[in-house]
Amino acid sequence: MKVSMKVNGVERGGDIEPRVLLVDFLRTNLAQTGTHIGCDTTSCGACTVLLDGEPVKSCTLLAVQVDGRNITTVEGLASGSTLSPMQAGFHEEHGLQCGFCTPGMMLVGTALLERNPDPTEDEIRWAISGNICRCTGYMNIVKAIQHAAKAQAAAQAKISETVAVAGGE
Amino acid sequence: MFPAAFDYRAPASLDEALGLLAQQGDAAKVMAGGQSLIPLLKLRFAQPGMLIDIGRMRGLTGVSRNNGWITIGALTRHVDLERSRDLPGQLSMLPEAAHWIADPLVRNQGTIGGSICHADPSGDWGSVVLALDADLVARSVKGERVIHAADFFQGPFTTALRPDEILTEIRVTASSKPAGGAYNKLERKVGDFATVAVGVQVELDGGKVSKAGIGLTSVGATNIKATAAEKSLVGREPNDAAIAEAARLAAEAAEPKTDVRGSAEFKRDIVRVFVQRGLKTALARAKEARA
Repeated sequence: MKVSMKVNGVERGGDIEPRVLLVDFLRTNLAQTGTHIGCDTTSCGACTVLLDGEPVKSCTLLAVQVDGRNITTVEGLASGSTLSPMQAGFHEEHGLQCGFCTPGMMLVGTALLERNPDPTEDEIRWAISGNICRCTGYMNIVKAIQHAAKAQAAAQAKISETVAVAGGE
Repeated sequence: MFPAAFDYRAPASLDEALGLLAQQGDAAKVMAGGQSLIPLLKLRFAQPGMLIDIGRMRGLTGVSRNNGWITIGALTRHVDLERSRDLPGQLSMLPEAAHWIADPLVRNQGTIGGSICHADPSGDWGSVVLALDADLVARSVKGERVIHAADFFQGPFTTALRPDEILTEIRVTASSKPAGGAYNKLERKVGDFATVAVGVQVELDGGKVSKAGIGLTSVGATNIKATAAEKSLVGREPNDAAIAEAARLAAEAAEPKTDVRGSAEFKRDIVRVFVQRGLKTALARAKEARA
């Protein structure tokens, strides 16, 4: 069956069997291996991708289900060699050890800040509650997302300031 | 894990979906968000010849009010009910129940209708529709049929839906009196099925209970409607004695089994506690709705 979808802004597709899971389509057909397979039973969130901006588990979606839609994977977070604020937050706050859950955590964090730029710690913990980390105990993951939120707020303030100055001129 | 091979169709309209289902009958399986069905397909507990994906169909989403009914589209996602801020007060149980379903990622994809039709006795929406005394609207090529929630759940993963029917709406009578609900759930961790959960709904008329609904999750072969407990409340002033009596009767109606999540005795007692707690919250919400 023919499918086409946008993966990180690029039109991708192919002729695939309906039973192929999205995670396998991404990893095998597109060779985008940043999306991990952990439990394969809808429990761990290692396979998290954003579907039209919202985090979902790609081990529990058929590739044919997302025909015509937008997928963001961890490969889509950085622009060139510049890390996204979320990635920078995980780097600065040591938000990972083995890194297996990290793509999912960063995508969930990215979607959270898109919807709620200034989340409380409780809101962050609730947002990542579908993603399991077996190394860090979550402390630094929470800090990483808070770091990203602050960085984004600061960047936003700078933009507003620049606009205000430009407007003043 | 891969599902066994199947034919896949994503009909653009309900009529097209119903046509396919009329031809295929039991050989086809209807999928909405797929958050229960895809795991079953992967484990090959389900091996349908055809998968009819209605999740991409337009319509059947959202909450609307007309002709004295409040209608919830079967394809409304859990997350949309969890985040809805403009629901009528009598549906205060909905965002609360949605909040506890699976985890945030599953809630972004799973639907209320899919969950109800999956009929897992540990599913949360089953108890909600039982407590709300909802009507479930089913469509087939032959027309529309209304199934009372109390008649819908026939066994584990077994419903009153016929092989050619699709659940399209969940309907509740719009209440003109103060009404409110609450959903309490005990789970070992986020994403686990409920150890026990309880949905309760009350409607008040002049300081007395005019309607009561109680649905129990994970304590039987289906979600259980605690009918005796509901009846014990109706016509009474909802004081501590009445609440304790209803809680005792609901605990008696539960049929819990001892498993890794707890002993049968423990679960039965949690039912009692949750009915008590839920009724107090629901009553407060109903009174708030009046004010």
